[in-house]
Amino acid sequence: MEQKTKINAEDGKQELMITREFDLPLELLFRAYVEPEIVEQWMGTKVLKLDNKKHGGWQFETTDAKGNKYGFNGVIHEFISNQKITRTFEMENMSFGVQLEFLEFEKLTDNSSKLTMHIVYRSAAHRDQMLKMGMTQGINMAHNRLQSIVYK
Amino acid sequence: MNLRRDVFQAIADPTRRAILLLVASQAMTAGAIASNFDTARPTVSKHLQILTECELLEQEQNGREIYYHLNPKRMKEIADFIEPFRKMWDERFTKLETIMKQYKPKQTE
Repeated sequence: MEQKTKINAEDGKQELMITREFDLPLELLFRAYVEPEIVEQWMGTKVLKLDNKKHGGWQFETTDAKGNKYGFNGVIHEFISNQKITRTFEMENMSFGVQLEFLEFEKLTDNSSKLTMHIVYRSAAHRDQMLKMGMTQGINMAHNRLQSIVYK
Repeated sequence: MNLRRDVFQAIADPTRRAILLLVASQAMTAGAIASNFDTARPTVSKHLQILTECELLEQEQNGREIYYHLNPKRMKEIADFIEPFRKMWDERFTKLETIMKQYKPKQTE
């Protein structure tokens, strides 16, 4: 089966590339990144601030099943509607450091579009650490989901 | 120098990746592996040592010879390493797609 979301993380590099094609017109895909209520739904996080413009910033807060809160924030370096967003991303109170994200939105057809997310980390080690975190998170998420089903 | 070998550092090197590919098809002695490279023999030995330390390669004594073969379990761990991260994004994006397919603009533009 072809995977819709592809990740290209070359060994020893401090960057990675996430690509995804959507059955959505470009404008709708881009809108999902702009409207706070929509971002909240698909990112599964609370949006405290989303100031989508050059020199703007953003701030999210996620609460896990146990009620622990995790903060994320960054600044928006470049914002061109239906084309690109360049921003930073940082987890608060964590040692991971800041990462730079280049988001590019492309029209494929009238009803399909493509997102390319290029993430640059401080070092190759930082990148691998983040990937490993994703692994732990994935396991936790599955576990939480299982719990919520079990305790229903 | 860090003595604890990181498996991702181990596979970051192109020669070491070539060694893994080579050994993937059959178990080989250090000499047979080295004959595939222009690199000096001690350099290849060093690579083999690193790959063995991080358990990507396993040694097997066969008579007087030591054969190196791939540790498939460890290789699988690496392949799976990015998968949960990919899945996390895939789930998010699929959700985004579902939400936006039902999206009704607040006001007509």
